[in-house]
Amino acid sequence: MSERNEPGLRADAPLLEVRDLIVHHGQLKALSGISLAVYPGEVYAIIGANGAGKSTLLRTIAGLHRPTEGSVRYQGEDVTGVRPDKRATAGIAMVPEGRRLFPSLTLEENLKVGATYARKGPWTIGRIYDVFPWMKDRRDQKTAQMSGGEQQSVAIGRALVANPRVLLLDELSLGLAPVIVQRIYATLPQILESGVTVLLVEQDVSQALRVATRLQCLLEGHTTLEGTPAEVTRAQVEAAYFGVTDGSDT
Amino acid sequence: MAWVNAVIQGILTGGLYALFACGLSLLFGVMKVVNLAHGDLATVAGYVGVGIVAATRMPFLWSVPLVVLAMAVLGYVLQRTVIQAAISRGELTTLIVTFGLSIVIENGLLQFFTSNTRGLGVGDSFETASFSIGSQITIAWLNVYIFILAVVVLLALQYFLSGSKYGRLIRAVADDREAAQLSGADYRHVFGIAAAIAFGTVALAGLSYGLTTTIDPTTGTDTILLFAFAAVVIGGLGSLWGTLVGGIILGVAQQIGAQINISYEQLGGYVIFLLVLVAWPQGLTSRRAQS
Repeated sequence: MSERNEPGLRADAPLLEVRDLIVHHGQLKALSGISLAVYPGEVYAIIGANGAGKSTLLRTIAGLHRPTEGSVRYQGEDVTGVRPDKRATAGIAMVPEGRRLFPSLTLEENLKVGATYARKGPWTIGRIYDVFPWMKDRRDQKTAQMSGGEQQSVAIGRALVANPRVLLLDELSLGLAPVIVQRIYATLPQILESGVTVLLVEQDVSQALRVATRLQCLLEGHTTLEGTPAEVTRAQVEAAYFGVTDGSDT
Repeated sequence: MAWVNAVIQGILTGGLYALFACGLSLLFGVMKVVNLAHGDLATVAGYVGVGIVAATRMPFLWSVPLVVLAMAVLGYVLQRTVIQAAISRGELTTLIVTFGLSIVIENGLLQFFTSNTRGLGVGDSFETASFSIGSQITIAWLNVYIFILAVVVLLALQYFLSGSKYGRLIRAVADDREAAQLSGADYRHVFGIAAAIAFGTVALAGLSYGLTTTIDPTTGTDTILLFAFAAVVIGGLGSLWGTLVGGIILGVAQQIGAQINISYEQLGGYVIFLLVLVAWPQGLTSRRAQS
């Protein structure tokens, strides 16, 4: 269980809480006892190398994987056995790894699907077009013809129009040029301003450190580091990321 | 002139085949289920029509919406129970389950209705009225109505899929089930709606077939399913208008076969079917760019 180092700034109850999560992919243990608590207004970053279990953690929170043990709690309620679509309508939205847009639908239709079961809130398709002005002229295009960065923006838009309370972002930077990644992360403040809490998974450590209010590093399904970006040093992150110890015990 | 006649009759028959095929194509396109019970369900619709008319003595045409509705409800229920259970267990299971369903339906019909053939008697000139072009071409109004019905059904399906909320969800779920779930869509419910629509179209197809000829419990597998498959494969899997193209080509090929020698009717259809399979394995209207 994680200890809270610096109370005070947070609202008192976590919006999303994961306790001792163990997840298997067949025989393989992908997560062995992960715990985390995300408080309203936070940007919680999960970092780690390929295969560390980051995406599995996010997918389990979204309901796409069933954990072997442990629980996922949302707004104080246990949602471990709840179907993914029910979690989505309750306010947990996810931008999945690889965007996963609907290729035979147009840009606007993709957003409309996202808005079909939307909660009440500030995000509308019109507001998405305000954040990403290029979308308006290309709303009738199929998303398959769009660049990776554009597709990623549509995926974010599709998740946002559902007016989630928690937005799960899985590897936004994957396969994108650094300048495009910067541009996409530049929209994060507007998302936070609207009251959305963000839990993101990122391989790009410096990007994660820049935006996160709190972070956790995973290595082979274990938590190797937890804290705020201010608390952790570069060396600590590197050690936690790659699993290298200081040399004395090897 | 006889050849022109064959082509015209073939085109009109193609409408009926399209009616059979569009439901099959929709089920495959959305949930990747090859419904081997499709033909039997059409037969069931025919028998339900016979039953309703016999029990209530209402005019046949009035019973059509009732049969369509009943089949749509059956489609939703079957999808949410038997077929969904099969889908969760893998693609091969859906083949086995729908094959089993086909056998159950066929034997159930034999049990309750015997193996006697039945026609859907409308009892007026609706079935027999025809008009002539020149001296050699006689066209049955019924076939024209059925062709128009097929075009209307396809147009309605297209309009529904492209314009409505559930149509959009059906396409989204067909693209990426998991991503649709993340947007809050219960894909099983969406599957159920797609199945209800497919069963609705198969009801129309079964009733139309029952009007043009007679049905018996084995018609579904022996005739309807095979024609529907051939039309879908010729037209291209998952393509809506492809079913009409496929149906027309199949119908024309059969009529031309019959024109050469009356016993070549089936042969003509299957020769074209095999030719298309060899030359355009994706079907004539399939867009390969996707996927």
